[in-house]
Amino acid sequence: MMDAFTKLTGIAAPMPMANVDTDKIIPARFLKTIKRTGLGVHLFDTLRYDAEGRERPDFVLNREPYRKAEILIAHENFGCGSSREHAPWALLDFGIRCVIAPDFADIFHTNTFKNGILPIKLSREICDQLMEDAKLGENARITVDLAEQVVVRPNGERIPFEIDPFRKHLLLNGLDDIGQTLQHAPAIDAYEASQRADKSWMPGISV
Amino acid sequence: MAGSKVRTLFDKVWDAHVVERLPDGTCVLYIDRHLVHEVTSPQAFEGLRLAGRTVRRPDATIAVADHNIPTMGRAQGILEDDSRIQVETLERNVAEFGVPYFPILSPQQGIVHIIGPEQGISLPGTTIVCGDSHTSTHGALGALAFGIGTSEVEHVLATQTLLQRPAKNMLVRVDGDLPVGVTAKDIVLAIIGKIGTAGGTGHVIEFGGSAIRALDMAGRMTVCNMSIEAGARAGMIAPDETTFAYVTGRPYAPKGAALDKALAWWRSLPSDEGAVYDKTVVLDAAEIMPMVTWGTNPEAVVAINGVVPDPLAEADEGRRVQLTRMVEYMGLTVGQKMTDLPIDVVFIGSCTNGRIEDIRAAATIARGRKVAPGVRAMIVPGSGIVRDLAEAEGIDKVLIEAGFEWREPGCSMCLGMNPDKLTPGQRCASTSNRNFEGRQGPGGRTHLVSPAMAAAAAIAGHLVDPREYA
Ligand code: SF4
Repeated sequence: MMDAFTKLTGIAAPMPMANVDTDKIIPARFLKTIKRTGLGVHLFDTLRYDAEGRERPDFVLNREPYRKAEILIAHENFGCGSSREHAPWALLDFGIRCVIAPDFADIFHTNTFKNGILPIKLSREICDQLMEDAKLGENARITVDLAEQVVVRPNGERIPFEIDPFRKHLLLNGLDDIGQTLQHAPAIDAYEASQRADKSWMPGISV
Repeated sequence: MAGSKVRTLFDKVWDAHVVERLPDGTCVLYIDRHLVHEVTSPQAFEGLRLAGRTVRRPDATIAVADHNIPTMGRAQGILEDDSRIQVETLERNVAEFGVPYFPILSPQQGIVHIIGPEQGISLPGTTIVCGDSHTSTHGALGALAFGIGTSEVEHVLATQTLLQRPAKNMLVRVDGDLPVGVTAKDIVLAIIGKIGTAGGTGHVIEFGGSAIRALDMAGRMTVCNMSIEAGARAGMIAPDETTFAYVTGRPYAPKGAALDKALAWWRSLPSDEGAVYDKTVVLDAAEIMPMVTWGTNPEAVVAINGVVPDPLAEADEGRRVQLTRMVEYMGLTVGQKMTDLPIDVVFIGSCTNGRIEDIRAAATIARGRKVAPGVRAMIVPGSGIVRDLAEAEGIDKVLIEAGFEWREPGCSMCLGMNPDKLTPGQRCASTSNRNFEGRQGPGGRTHLVSPAMAAAAAIAGHLVDPREYA
């Protein structure tokens, strides 16, 4: 289902903005797809293109070497707004596998993991340092090592990060949540049958 | 657990739905109600199909198309290809997987967060999810209701559970009495202005206090709807007699002995005396004014007698840059009075304010008046039932006579996925919940307001204190 995430060395794109919302990541007009792929060209559409659809030369992902960025560095509350999973799909389709920010909106944070994208929370100060590194472009590749839980700066400095162990396990092994949960099917059956979960008062829905 | 310690409303609903607690604290959480719509479900059904899985509880699931359907001339079919394909895909999927569905021409059709409570599908004490962040709306009934992504939609379809960690508890208390003419929308905008768009991150907000208790269910839904704009996972309000009166008699609500049994459990849900919250915020209702957003996120909000703030007054550089960009995008000047802003479009609708009470509030102001020349004002009822009810009360006529467009139910200009969009530079007074750049159409400028202010702005031709039109 999803690709495993182990270790990544790549170009990081600096995006010094707070509250990057999901409408910015992928505007609603591109949500009319019934597939998960193909959204990369519309990633950050309004920031990336002008009204005539031409690239805005000053937007980071329109500049070399960031057209090939695999890591994105941003400020607070990244991914706020809607629950649309089209946001991580668009990031992934563009080639982004890791987003580093001081914090993330909850639903977006969950959605990234489910698509093999690693969200890393680091302090604003460290994010700013990494952004300075990222400005050096090609000469300053950043390494993200999930097993070791470190981000390695171009100067070799190792910055540890925290991650939920369960999410780490799934990501390292490319495991699908549903498969995991279905291992608990007997517990779900037992819950449905139990007195504690007595839902006999709750009518079933049929039309 | 049960009964052993003082618990919040959230704790109680959560505890009652934990199927299994894994060693690291992640819980397998049982989901009672799953609402499905056309935009965030196609890839989920496709995932089931590829893995050879089925829907575990079709009888706990309801599907409806709302986000991208047209709100005029619907009987002629959907003209836009991609929207039509998405709706047809939903119809194929519900047929294949046996999921109950309200067809787009049926009166039960409407915005997913309007129809859940309206049909009695959303009930107190239940867990409710939907692939849409404004699922928080249903928390007004005392349910734990939250938005999920498409992978989680697939997960719930397949397993009727989610893998979740408990959220933290936050209490937002609004004490005292609201001034006359100030509404639920103003309360929630004032809350977001105070705590910010990330103020609730990681938390479930319980709204309490006498001003919340005094709200009707429509108002409570408006407040919980925008919990997500404060960054919270969900918003909840303890169920009380107002809630029970609302639920009783709805098509899918329990009846007779089942209702008695349900009521016994619902009455046990309010937070225990002495329950502890990780965070508490208190607002004085008497100080809340009619509110309006000036910028491009919901925390950029001021009272209607306020002015466009000066970004240079901000200490933090990042924020200064962000606010400067907002002033520019919104086409404003620093110090400009909000009431001096002319309006091109008025949108009354959405899951925040598309209920009958909201339309009545607009009609009260519109009665005997005319929409200002050059203003396009549209009313989009939240469901077929809201539309029928308004027509039965004759308030559609009042609005049409005043110059409002009376449309068919759906999300419409809340997110501009259907033909209802702003054009670049247009300024809109909108009763929806998001004012992000381009949310209502590329280049569009959104001011979030209450239905009363939206209607008053349509008449005045500029943003205005609705109390002047009472
Ligand atoms: S009305 Fe707007 S916010 Fe509500 S569900 Fe529809 S698009 Fe989402």
